[in-house]
Amino acid sequence: MSFTSGNTPHPNPLRVSAEREGPAEREGEGQSRRQRALIYWTGFSIILALLVIAPLVLPEFWRRFLTEILIWGLLAMSSDILIGYTGMISFGHSAFFGLGMYGAAAALISVQPPNLWLAMLYGLVGAATVAGFVAYFSTRLRDIYFAITTLIFSQIFYVIIFTWTEVTGGENGLTFSRPPLAIPGLFSIRFTPEILHWFVVAVVTLSYLLLRRITQSPFGMVLQSIRENEARTRAIGYPIERYKIVAVMLSGLFAGLAGVLYALQNRFAAPDFVFFLVSGETVIYNVIGGIGTLVGPIVGAAFFLLLREGLSRFLTEYYLIPVGLIFIAMVIFMPQGLLGFLRRWLNQ
Amino acid sequence: MEFLQSIPFDQLLIQTINGIVTGMILALVASGLTLIFGIMEVVNFAHGELFMLGAYVGVLVLAATGDFWIALAAASLVIALLGAAVYLMTLRPLLGRDSLTTILATFGVSLVLQNYALWQFGPVARKIQEPFTGHFTLFYLDYPWYRLVIALLSAAIIGALWLFLKFGTYGIWIRATTQDRVMAQAMGIPVPWVLTVVFAIGAGMAGASGVLFGPLVGVNHTMGLDWILKAFIVVVVGGMGNLAGSIAASIFISLLEAYASLWVSPAQAVIVSFVVLILTLLFRPTGLFVPTPK
Amino acid sequence: MTPVPTAPLLEVEEIHTYYGKSHILDGVSLEVGAGEVVGLLGRNGVGKSTTLKAVVGLVHPSRGEVRFEGRPITQSAAHRLARLGIGYVPEDRRIFPLLTVVENLRTGLDRHGVTATRKKELLEKVYAYFPVLAERRGQAGGTLSGGEQQMLAIARAMMLEPKIILLDEPTEGLMPRMVSQIREIIEVLHRESVAVLLVEQNVPLTLEVSQRIYILEKGVVRHRAPAAELQIDDAVIHQYMGV
Repeated sequence: MSFTSGNTPHPNPLRVSAEREGPAEREGEGQSRRQRALIYWTGFSIILALLVIAPLVLPEFWRRFLTEILIWGLLAMSSDILIGYTGMISFGHSAFFGLGMYGAAAALISVQPPNLWLAMLYGLVGAATVAGFVAYFSTRLRDIYFAITTLIFSQIFYVIIFTWTEVTGGENGLTFSRPPLAIPGLFSIRFTPEILHWFVVAVVTLSYLLLRRITQSPFGMVLQSIRENEARTRAIGYPIERYKIVAVMLSGLFAGLAGVLYALQNRFAAPDFVFFLVSGETVIYNVIGGIGTLVGPIVGAAFFLLLREGLSRFLTEYYLIPVGLIFIAMVIFMPQGLLGFLRRWLNQ
Repeated sequence: MEFLQSIPFDQLLIQTINGIVTGMILALVASGLTLIFGIMEVVNFAHGELFMLGAYVGVLVLAATGDFWIALAAASLVIALLGAAVYLMTLRPLLGRDSLTTILATFGVSLVLQNYALWQFGPVARKIQEPFTGHFTLFYLDYPWYRLVIALLSAAIIGALWLFLKFGTYGIWIRATTQDRVMAQAMGIPVPWVLTVVFAIGAGMAGASGVLFGPLVGVNHTMGLDWILKAFIVVVVGGMGNLAGSIAASIFISLLEAYASLWVSPAQAVIVSFVVLILTLLFRPTGLFVPTPK
Repeated sequence: MTPVPTAPLLEVEEIHTYYGKSHILDGVSLEVGAGEVVGLLGRNGVGKSTTLKAVVGLVHPSRGEVRFEGRPITQSAAHRLARLGIGYVPEDRRIFPLLTVVENLRTGLDRHGVTATRKKELLEKVYAYFPVLAERRGQAGGTLSGGEQQMLAIARAMMLEPKIILLDEPTEGLMPRMVSQIREIIEVLHRESVAVLLVEQNVPLTLEVSQRIYILEKGVVRHRAPAAELQIDDAVIHQYMGV
């Protein structure tokens, strides 16, 4: 007996309601666009300045917390490329993140003296490999099947990492020391907490700017068109499989980068981060912050982590319950996320 | 061939029965999931937690009454009601929204339920006593009676579900709503009520599985995680919304895993199910046991 | 010709519906008396199907009122309206493909307050009108031919013992022989005092079976007249239907 549902399919999920502009509005466009850009960049600079000053004014605990927010934010931002811009729900980011982390670990343990850039390279290559697998499947599966498959991928890597104790350290993970921030022949400085923070800020900011550039490019426009209406985009003549593959690789690389940063920050790699729940949390940051905004997921990560931190002080054991309830309420009542209403502004 | 002969026959037999037993429980969990997906296209991420809470209710009722069967009935009922409550509060408001939203909502529910269990019962695992101990001899092996009973009971419950759906007015209502929700309404079928009931039935089945499986492992708040993943795999491999398919897939995958655990550790044996999923998605995406539509 | 009763069975008053930002129905008003056959004509896309859906409760108007037997039903849930006695046969038939013919009929038959004897009676009656369905009673709905599915869709609605049946383009895609069968069925319904609101592209058929006609254009009723009048003076038809 089959239960195949014959119900009318939902419109493409994550469809961003397109706001069409009439000709009359275009006249004021140029001026308001300049105004918007001004406000945007001013806001951007202020926030950047705050992030840079942070380690000088915050106590160590909060400084570290902020750095972690940025790293998780980078992970969530990478996921936004798929969810928010291409319309592909992925639960596989823990795999990219984990491989980035373990790749960096591999470089820092096996190659002496520990080299920062080598760690990044190994990490990115590791993430790219996984992304390659996922990308292959992404072109053949739609929606739910893709989501479940990416989830399974996280678990496959989790199991491999967890059980292959000789190589990955199994349950206990790997520990290693932080490499110096060095350009051979020019300088070499040790990573103090402040310098590490600034390094992370620099990497995340550059990643954001780069991703922003990409999403606003013709390539990015095609991705968004795939999200809006895949069939129509294909009918127009775009090879959407290729676009999807690139989107997944891009997303995977930046997620892997986040993994490398995490390894640098904490000096250990553990299988817990490859468990699919991490992917789930990443998606939560995206939705809370607002998909399709790039910056939203970072805000979402901040919100979630702060909430968790705050609640865990009062309700030590069961703080995740109110967090979960708040999340559910947001999904039901505020699906556009915290920054959803700013989406136009952030994407011009 | 030599390779296969090197495995002692009794091991093979035990694993076959183990595979069928686990497969039947998995089938019970997956049937609920498939029923829910078929009628409302919701991938219920919280299904594993319903399973887990069923086991806990079983623990409590067993401690209070000393009777396993009352515990089983109570757990099914309580979790069915919990399912109805979850549906009404989180999924009904989301009717008509996209599938990502419902996955996230049920993911949120699973987070809440898992931590609720952690809070109420603590991290230490509990145990459910099996209703009867004792082994029977199969050839020259001792195999516990209880495991066999679970398999039979699961089969009975699934059979009852099948009969309910095939005959009887409510079965027709459920199947009609699954096939065409709009026309079902136009025919006077109280669709909002049907959706709630189906979710409750699915939840109840998960709860029952929890109690049945309880004696085989420790009952703790992370029990659900393994099962939800396997259940997803089974539902996809069996063909989304295909009840018979998910049962066949459950047994198929559990058997493969049972055999695999002869060579590798159980933790690694789960890779088998992942591989089956990937192969299915590559070559028979509508379901392993469903003929690919031309 | 049946005289129009003073209290109409169904009244639609100035309903407006939207689909996203599109204004589909822009103030539609019509009425159907008990036992009357009323035709709704118009070109494709003017809102005929939407009007039916608004009556059945599958679309809720944002303005205006729908009344059944004098009581407002504008925002009522569809399944309640079916129970009240409004039967619906949609475009594309939409029979339940994986249910057998009997099971399809049972979706309408299995209601509160219907005795087993009555159910048997209704089934026998419908098999008498549609012998093809009797033949294929154990077959899955999806395996029936287009014409047979149309019979099933109408029979299914009849199982509700409705006071009014809404038919959405029942002859679409059917062979001429089946078209005359549809005409017969509508006449049977009329004889049994079941009102019919018929949406059709087939103008001659509609004019033949209906007592009154409404012509819809761009979401508004542009013309209303007794069918007999339009049969004689078909200039109006040409104007709105371009036929």
